[in-house]
Amino acid sequence: MATDRTTRTERFPSGIASVGLGEVERQVALDEPPPLPPNAALAVIGKSIPRHNGRAKVTGATHFTVDVILPGMLHGRILRASLPHAKIRAIDISAATRHPGVRAVVLIARPDDPTTAVVRYSGAPIAAVAAVSMAAAEEAVHLIRVDCEPLPFVVDMDKARKQTAPLVYDGASAPTGNASGFPAPTGLPLNGNVRGPATDTRGNAAQGFAQADIVVEGEYRTEVQTHCCLEPHAIVADWRADGLTVHVSTQFTAGVRHELAQAFGLPLSRVRVIVDGMGGGFGSKSSLGNYGRIAVTLSRQAQAPVRIVLDRQEEQIDSGNRPGTWQRLRVGARRDGSLTAISLVSYGTAGVALGAGVGNFAQALYTCPNFESAQHDVFINAGPGCSMRGPGNTPGAWGLEQAIDELAERLSIDPLALRDRIDPSLVRREERRIGAELIGWKRRHAPGADLGPVKHGLGVAQSLWGANVQINSACEVRVMRDGSVEVLSSVQDIGTGIGTVLAQVVAEVLGLRPEAITVRIGDTEFPAGPPSYGSRTTASITPPARTAAWRVLQSLFRDAALVLNVAPSDLIARDGRILIRDDPSRGMSFGEAAARLRTDRISAVAARSDDYGGFRQRMGDAALAQQDLGGVQFAAVAVDTETGIVRVERVVAVQDCGRPMNPLQIESQVQGGVLMGLSYALFENRILDQYTGRMVNPNLEQYKLAGPRETPEIDVVVLENYQGNSATDAYGVAEPSNIATAPAIANAVFNAIGVRLRTLPMTPAVVLAALGKIPSRS
Amino acid sequence: MNHFAWASARTISEAAVAASTTVADAMTASPDAAGRGTTSIVKAGGIDLLDLLKENLLAPGTVVSLKEIPGLDAIVEENSGGLRIGSMVTLAKLGDHPVVQQRYPAVFDAVRNSASPQIRNVATLGGNLLQRPRCWYFRAAEHHCLRKGGGHCFAISGENQYHAIFDNRSCAIVHPSTAATALVAIGATVELTNAEGAVRRVLLEDFFVPPDKDIQRENDLEPQEILTAILLPPLSASLRMAHLKQGEKDSFDWPLADVAVVLDLDQEGGCKRAVIVLGAAAPVPYRAKAAEAALAGRRIDENVAKEAANAALHGATPLTKNAYKLPLFETLVRRAILKAAVRP
Ligand SMILES: Cc1cc2nc3c(=O)[nH]c(=O)nc-3n(C[C@H](O)[C@H](O)[C@H](O)COP(=O)(O)OP(=O)(O)OC[C@H]3O[C@@H](n4cnc5c(N)ncnc54)[C@H](O)[C@@H]3O)c2cc1C
Ligand code: SF4
Repeated sequence: MATDRTTRTERFPSGIASVGLGEVERQVALDEPPPLPPNAALAVIGKSIPRHNGRAKVTGATHFTVDVILPGMLHGRILRASLPHAKIRAIDISAATRHPGVRAVVLIARPDDPTTAVVRYSGAPIAAVAAVSMAAAEEAVHLIRVDCEPLPFVVDMDKARKQTAPLVYDGASAPTGNASGFPAPTGLPLNGNVRGPATDTRGNAAQGFAQADIVVEGEYRTEVQTHCCLEPHAIVADWRADGLTVHVSTQFTAGVRHELAQAFGLPLSRVRVIVDGMGGGFGSKSSLGNYGRIAVTLSRQAQAPVRIVLDRQEEQIDSGNRPGTWQRLRVGARRDGSLTAISLVSYGTAGVALGAGVGNFAQALYTCPNFESAQHDVFINAGPGCSMRGPGNTPGAWGLEQAIDELAERLSIDPLALRDRIDPSLVRREERRIGAELIGWKRRHAPGADLGPVKHGLGVAQSLWGANVQINSACEVRVMRDGSVEVLSSVQDIGTGIGTVLAQVVAEVLGLRPEAITVRIGDTEFPAGPPSYGSRTTASITPPARTAAWRVLQSLFRDAALVLNVAPSDLIARDGRILIRDDPSRGMSFGEAAARLRTDRISAVAARSDDYGGFRQRMGDAALAQQDLGGVQFAAVAVDTETGIVRVERVVAVQDCGRPMNPLQIESQVQGGVLMGLSYALFENRILDQYTGRMVNPNLEQYKLAGPRETPEIDVVVLENYQGNSATDAYGVAEPSNIATAPAIANAVFNAIGVRLRTLPMTPAVVLAALGKIPSRS
Repeated sequence: MNHFAWASARTISEAAVAASTTVADAMTASPDAAGRGTTSIVKAGGIDLLDLLKENLLAPGTVVSLKEIPGLDAIVEENSGGLRIGSMVTLAKLGDHPVVQQRYPAVFDAVRNSASPQIRNVATLGGNLLQRPRCWYFRAAEHHCLRKGGGHCFAISGENQYHAIFDNRSCAIVHPSTAATALVAIGATVELTNAEGAVRRVLLEDFFVPPDKDIQRENDLEPQEILTAILLPPLSASLRMAHLKQGEKDSFDWPLADVAVVLDLDQEGGCKRAVIVLGAAAPVPYRAKAAEAALAGRRIDENVAKEAANAALHGATPLTKNAYKLPLFETLVRRAILKAAVRP
């Protein structure tokens, strides 16, 4: 192959390790590091290294945003609407302003401004105060008098779809966007409370169904799920004449910096965003949020730092959620299982913003020549949604993976064999093989085979998630004269452990131990890192980390080579030493090499290069890798047919994330994904009262989450899947591990009791009703 | 939460004098007042009380802790063979007590399956019996419902999946205490002491107040009265008992249904007497008398248990969203009867 002078040809490991590795040839830029061998040949990368801040976390030493205390800091509190839909006629803040502890009061709903004078959900912000203590802020908020005119409202999606339903928006004011994680189509018609349909087609669905020997059709429903981050949304905003500093629990420091600069008319150079410890985000901390804006506004007005921490009720109502959906799926197939057509109609709602966007899953997972979808976003008077772990695909999988299971059952084909036929992914094929063996798929029996009231079942479902990359990602590596090493990026550790992975990457390159690397992240003073959403953190930031470390090492080699009297290219870094490759007895310690530095420190900054094999798609700062991430999950359940209780006994999750960087941390991610999926399957539900429009369970007692006793045995197997695409060849894992769990459980429930549950969550009420055990009311 | 003064009572009468208002009275004042500033209220573990304070449902002037009162946290075996449980005994301590486990297994199971380990470490048995209902409308300040002195029950036409299936026409709460289900079944008595030191003993079953008697309180506690002990009666060796709780989940959750069964069996296994109590079924622990009658004089087997379980649900009036509790209770009653019958 002809090479130009800016690139060189390299051979990278390629393929799935458990199947057999080959090589792939790539052209890479001259300043890219050499190919990274498979994990088996590495010292630190791919090893289960405990997270570097684990001890601090479990001993309470970690500083979260709620722990930030600045001199003179005020406490902000938000007055929220108690009615689900109302026009604000007047707001009297005089008493609040006179409160001795109050330093600032801002209006969010302005009676004279038509765009903000209408509140559209119970819990919407109306005004906010900053005061010297939390108690004073609370008191002052209660002193604000709001005069409003109640408007008709609707909080039920089915009712909101009716022509006669009260309107949430009047035409022009309706926001756009769905919750698919993909850019929402624009220019869709708004009809009542329904926007859409957004349509997609491939081939000719009608012809496809005509060719089908069998068509399965079903209606599937998912409920609204809230993020329930352990750490609440929190911010301390410090507005000063020379710039704005914001401590905020965020999934994207660099993005929030942009938002702040734009919203408050500041140059980027005057905005700094910092986050240290974080207790999760799951999509709900992707952007600044209304409370963030409020804190900065209060700080600007009060000329003092302002802290706002959302309480659990605010978390549940106004920090985003995963929209609920209704999906009608039709799948047509030939007798041999090959698909002829898929059609999907969906409606989805979170509340005042976002809707379904579940179609990607049905469109992309299986080989099927004909596809059509019509998706609708519905507005209701409830808190807005936002992305949540595997947005779009998680509710999408609930429908499609049950439909495929039903198809297998109707065709009397084993669900795994059916997928072998219709799923083109080699990754998932291998995952099915591994998982089937682990769960003991061979013992799967026909529904209802158990004698007693408790029925056991096995089920399987699959996951598909795009391998996302943030191009706008950079990392700096510094070596000091005393031999200490720092890695720096604004990337944030939202709990996934990226700091540990960065230390591993740098340690691998420099031949050091990961503990020797000082990790400085979560601060926009450092090179801009990627967001921690879309499962893109590891894929985006580990390649530049390795590249930067490699470049720094090259300068260290240059100095050491002079002393050792060899060419720099003859040197390697290993076990804390700089050695001559062909004569490893000669060399010097890493510290000795560093001591010869001309200046106190040397440093290199590297940015994320394009995937060596090219991207499939590029959207601004983001890009999509050629190969999607595949996952397969198996569930073993026991259903008590007399109480309706579904107990998940075991989940086997086999997941692909490219090159696994730290199996221990990946396992935690996958376990978290499985637990969240299990909780979604069995318990979670935002319940809105139809008459008052309020959420009746805005806390963690009545909004039910799976706990320790619901936690099944979870076996995680991580595939090693090399593609020769970057300096680390790593991709993400957080979201894909959440997608297949609920349908795998539902399919197992079907295998147990012979009844398909198409409604989430699968509570005793749902199970007993499906079994026909609830007497009809007279 | 408002500002309040903190006091620690040293004696029962100090506490009783201080307990100017019951929580029920404080909460039925005007919705904004919530007893604001003027009342003093006693605190045991504080699990329930602090919840009410945080939700702005209650704003006492003083909170009086019972923790320093000597002796209230003791479990004493009485000469009669009964057990005297101080009101400040925690659920955790009760659930660790060997005598409770051996002689009162239904109470043991009810306590050990309540709430979560952390909560049981703090929650007292007295506080557990006196806690206020968990109806989500009751627990949100925005809903000024009948039980708080308002004019409307939000649950009957609203979100009532966790509400009562019996006696649910005016207010459809379920009594929140799981321990109470078992304690009523074994015939426990509560001991109440007032500021003058006068003691009254009331059968727990009679201590609870149904909505048609008074919709604003769940029990007969009076102002300036302290619950000092719960007395478990001595039980004959022929008694067998069981308690079963079924929640939507097992961690950190309430029962959807719970059932206590006490059987007095003769030598041949015939049932001389049965007590069957349903929890999470009605505003007070519900005696399923028809089910008790169905067992009388019969040898317990699967069919008899089933008959009794069906009888237990006679007269149930499920609401729009809780009819699933019928099959659930049927199952639990049947299983609890069978479990009690085989339990030594
Ligand atoms: C998530 C969750 C799950 C739960 N699940 C269960 C469950 O499954 N089953 C169950 O039974 N409970 C459950 N609970 C409730 C918990 O057990 C009770 O809140 C607790 O037992 C109350 O006891 P306490 O000592 O903390 O009472 P406190 O909160 O201190 O007091 C409760 C009330 O009683 C009054 N009071 C207390 N002691 C006395 C006294 N000696 N004399 C006079 N008045 C007094 C107080 O003024 C107050 O009004 C759960 C709670 C939570 C948060
Ligand atoms: S059930 Fe009782 S407590 Fe609940 S809303 Fe109705 S009246 Fe109030």
